Amino acid sequence: MNVFLFLTFAGIAVACAVNLLVQRHPISSAISLIGVMGSLAVLYLLLGAEFIAAIQVIVYAGAIMVLFVFVIMLLNAGEEERTRRSKLARVLGFPLFAALLSQIVWVVYRPFASGPGVEFGGFVGSTEALGRALFRDYVVPFEVTSVLILVAIVGAVVLARKEIE
Amino acid sequence: MVPLSWYLVLSAVLFALGVAGFLFKRNIITIFMSIELMLNAVNLSFVAFSYHWKQIGGHLFVFFVIVVAAAEAAVGLAIILCVFRNRQTLNVDDLETMKL
Repeated sequence: MNVFLFLTFAGIAVACAVNLLVQRHPISSAISLIGVMGSLAVLYLLLGAEFIAAIQVIVYAGAIMVLFVFVIMLLNAGEEERTRRSKLARVLGFPLFAALLSQIVWVVYRPFASGPGVEFGGFVGSTEALGRALFRDYVVPFEVTSVLILVAIVGAVVLARKEIE
Repeated sequence: MVPLSWYLVLSAVLFALGVAGFLFKRNIITIFMSIELMLNAVNLSFVAFSYHWKQIGGHLFVFFVIVVAAAEAAVGLAIILCVFRNRQTLNVDDLETMKL
């Protein structure tokens, strides 16, 4: 059952990610990215990260992607046109992609190929434990992120405002 | 029983696809979405390692990554709005000078 769920949602995630690259219209890419995020949320649940799965759906697939779709609609972005300006990219693009992928897989696969696998319920990062760690051990980073968000709000407002003559 | 390495390989595949999207796509919004895809791939690695070592720290890093991604999306999309207002294009090949 674990393997079935993993393979199903890993397949959906990879298919949606490939679709993100293949689609020419930004709205289609945004919908595929939401598919990736939704299936990743299921994988987080399988790994026992229930709070992360919830905020993945609410914040990532909900809030951030709504912002993206909103901007795409606002700017009335159409299909991207092919420019074909770089000959080198067409020749080297796929081999370099394969090289990067095989290199990461090579580094990551071997040390963890054996050893205990992932079983649903083997480790549950409960919201209580997360809150305890967040407000006790990581309270300074938590406060710093609040400043970061404040700066981001001010920056977004300043950048997006209309110039008043 | 799923080996941990499968999760890490999935994360690597998603990350590589994000890099490819960042380099291949011409639309600035799609490039921005590829960055989000890379962040998601790294989050999956964090959660998988958190499971492996039975530590909550990985979840906290994912939490912070999501917060930073939200801030980044707000500022980045405001920058895209600004660029579009000045240039009337979203194609990065047409945005080759820093001068307005």
